[in-house]
Amino acid sequence: MKIIIMGCGRVGRELATQLDREGQTVTVLDINPDAFRALPADFKGRRVVGNGIDQDVLRKAGAQEADAFVAVTPGDNRNVMAAQIAKHLFGVPKVVCRIFDPIRQEIYHDLGLETMSPTKVSARLLKEALEREPVARKQES
Amino acid sequence: MYIIIVGAGRVGYYLAKELVESGHEVLAIEKDGENSERMAEELGDIVLRGDGCEAATMEMAGFARADIVIAVTGDDEDNLVVCQVAKAKFNVPQTVARINDPKNEEIFKRLGIDNTVSAIPAILAHIEQELPAHPLIPLLQVKGGNLEIVEVKVPPHSAVIGKKIRDLLLPQQSLISLIIDEDGVPRVPSSETIIRAGDELLVVTRRENEDSLRSALTAPASLGSEGPLRPT
Repeated sequence: MKIIIMGCGRVGRELATQLDREGQTVTVLDINPDAFRALPADFKGRRVVGNGIDQDVLRKAGAQEADAFVAVTPGDNRNVMAAQIAKHLFGVPKVVCRIFDPIRQEIYHDLGLETMSPTKVSARLLKEALEREPVARKQES
Repeated sequence: MYIIIVGAGRVGYYLAKELVESGHEVLAIEKDGENSERMAEELGDIVLRGDGCEAATMEMAGFARADIVIAVTGDDEDNLVVCQVAKAKFNVPQTVARINDPKNEEIFKRLGIDNTVSAIPAILAHIEQELPAHPLIPLLQVKGGNLEIVEVKVPPHSAVIGKKIRDLLLPQQSLISLIIDEDGVPRVPSSETIIRAGDELLVVTRRENEDSLRSALTAPASLGSEGPLRPT
């Protein structure tokens, strides 16, 4: 599978590394070339510098033939816009978009975008962890 | 009308000023402290400091009762999200987005943003008027972008010079609606009107016919011949 990952921060890098080791054809896209430095030395994927909401940059990253596109920059709006360009203009079949703001995440989910909100997911996981082993503070005597 | 403007940079500032002066209820949302203070100082208490892309700010600003939302920040992704959320969550009847990168016009249209405004093509059109290499200039889109009004300047050696409009072979649904001659005099053409060198034609056409229209009106009288052929 040809996968484009837009945003090479911690999450983007981790995802790119995993997919690359699984043998997928990965392209990482970031506005800042320094972001690629932390990729592992054996990373075989392509690195493309540029802004993912620029259609020319997406084309350079191979959006017209990509099977999947993941938007994980720190900017919700940038992710939302790039994901919609990938989906509607380049016809990428699988598009996933990270949106921190839970309200915007719900809106774009309703508009038909595949979205995930780390805010909601981590709150849920933290809550589950808290509930797993309930502890009560010992009464001081 | 209640009009909300997101972004109080230069564009937002002058826009708000005009709208206030013409008697509308205006609210501007601006992240930056300096911009919002400047606007409040000059235009009064019409600025809400905050992120216009946040639903909480939008609620506070009263998006639900807004007649028009106009997004004029310097970032296309923010303008897009403001308009999409305004429509999807607050049912705002009309949205207008400023587009900074002209390439983004298509995706905005695809995503249902009613109106977009982009300064770059307008500026380019002015420059291109000076360049003979671009004899066809799109001026305005009408009917949802299917039709457009273009300006074509008839070059000195064009084959259409001296011909009547009814004898021209134009692409389908192309209509010469106004002719401005070299002296700047406008004429409404009839089928008998004769095209002259240097005429500027305002033509309604379909977008996809731009190229064939251009060659129909600007191709030289006789390709490959030495020098221009003057119609007699």
